[in-house]
Amino acid sequence: MERIDFDRLKTGEVNLGTSIMAVQFKDGVVIGADSRTTTGSYIANRVTDKLTHVHDRIYCCRSGSAADTQAVADIVHRFLQSEAQEREETPTVHIAASVFQKICYGNKDALSAGIIVAGWDKDVGPSVYNIPLGGGLFRQPWAIGGSGSTYVYGYCDATFKDGWGRDETVEFVKNTLALAMSRDGSSGGVIRMCVITEDSVQRLFVPGNELPRFWEGQEVLGAASKKIGSDVEVVPMAVEV
Amino acid sequence: MNSSSIYRPAGFDFSNEIRNNFLHEKGLPLPGATSTGTTIVGCLFKDGIVLGADTRATEGPIVADKNCEKIHYITESIRCCGAGTAADTEFTTALISSNMEMHALQTGRKPRVVTAMTMLKQMLHRYQGHIGAALVLGGVDITGPQLFTIHPHGSTDKLPYVTMGSGSLAAMAMFESSWKPNMEREEALTLVKAAIAAGIFNDLGSGSNVDACIITATGTEMLRNVEMPNQRVQKERDYKFRRGTTAWRKEDIRQLIVQEHTKPVGGDEMDTS
Repeated sequence: MERIDFDRLKTGEVNLGTSIMAVQFKDGVVIGADSRTTTGSYIANRVTDKLTHVHDRIYCCRSGSAADTQAVADIVHRFLQSEAQEREETPTVHIAASVFQKICYGNKDALSAGIIVAGWDKDVGPSVYNIPLGGGLFRQPWAIGGSGSTYVYGYCDATFKDGWGRDETVEFVKNTLALAMSRDGSSGGVIRMCVITEDSVQRLFVPGNELPRFWEGQEVLGAASKKIGSDVEVVPMAVEV
Repeated sequence: MNSSSIYRPAGFDFSNEIRNNFLHEKGLPLPGATSTGTTIVGCLFKDGIVLGADTRATEGPIVADKNCEKIHYITESIRCCGAGTAADTEFTTALISSNMEMHALQTGRKPRVVTAMTMLKQMLHRYQGHIGAALVLGGVDITGPQLFTIHPHGSTDKLPYVTMGSGSLAAMAMFESSWKPNMEREEALTLVKAAIAAGIFNDLGSGSNVDACIITATGTEMLRNVEMPNQRVQKERDYKFRRGTTAWRKEDIRQLIVQEHTKPVGGDEMDTS
């Protein structure tokens, strides 16, 4: 999997320097994202909704250029509407993901869009598809994306287990995103999540002051002042508390 | 006999392109576009939207227009503030306004704000950011009050209070400290005026007067120059010199009217009989 290549963004373009995630569990999928949208160093929107509806039980998480991903999601949304109308059945997540992939691959030179498609359908139940920058299409039990994702691959590998229920999956998504947001400067704000099951789409919201907290640094000035060896002075590193 | 055609085809005219490229290669700098280094804002309140804008247009370091209009008409109940390249904001809003009228005529309904938003974002995305229009779109439709920002590359945001342009940081500081949900009309207008004033006084690209526009379900009120904090006043002193301030040594008055006599040399004299 690749990380976002920021050089591909045109100057002044609105960027979703992002942490996004989708995880499938027995009855459905949990998707989540941070809420930061930036233009250079300015936060253009601190409560962005990067979880975008494309059909009744199919959502996508957007990362990369805001303009490109919105345009692609709008096209797919329209396509799935007419598809549902013509075939008189709800489209599968695989169909939605394939449409995304076609657009992302066919216009790969012009787009900077990393998209995760997730949802529930009658054929296979819950599923998660990852479409990274080049326009590939990969089905995965869990997927992370955006600039913040690079910080939490290890955490996800170490933590994820098959056969989780809804609540455990929600906790996993929430903790992963909080960790990614704390390390990635381009991610932050609040956590938005969606639980998509056969019966419902439930939206969850974690405010910025109620994010899960992990190790946040500690005072090391006192501890580091003792000498190591004979004459090697350790330069203490200040950590703001 | 052939006569030159007086018919002008519609659309872009590229007849000067080769000449312009030639001149550019020779080192002639291309003319810069007039940019609205701007403060524009939008604010949601209890029963509608307040839009605000400053009135300065700049060309590099020069103030090109001290009292321009940046709140553009889309429909009677939808308006759009423009920042960025002045010509681009002017023409995109005019085009979308036209298309919205057509849409209203065809559907027989009052068009929605999302419709204008979608038209604008699709057009700006098609032009890949080359149309330098950064917009704040606001209005009231059947679904209630709506407020959007649209960036030059075609991305949109939906928020209860928004700012754009070079003065957006100053204006956003006002909103972030003072905005609250369900404000009254007057309260919202005061906040919008304060946000624009923050842009006018703290951002070099913004200046002159405050324009505002209040849109509710009952009607639209355009408040042109609702605040004029930069009026020119009578100078406190007179800088004209009094007559006789400069001393002189001598006075010399010369006759500048030249007397001229013409005498015909040879040839026949003109018959004046």
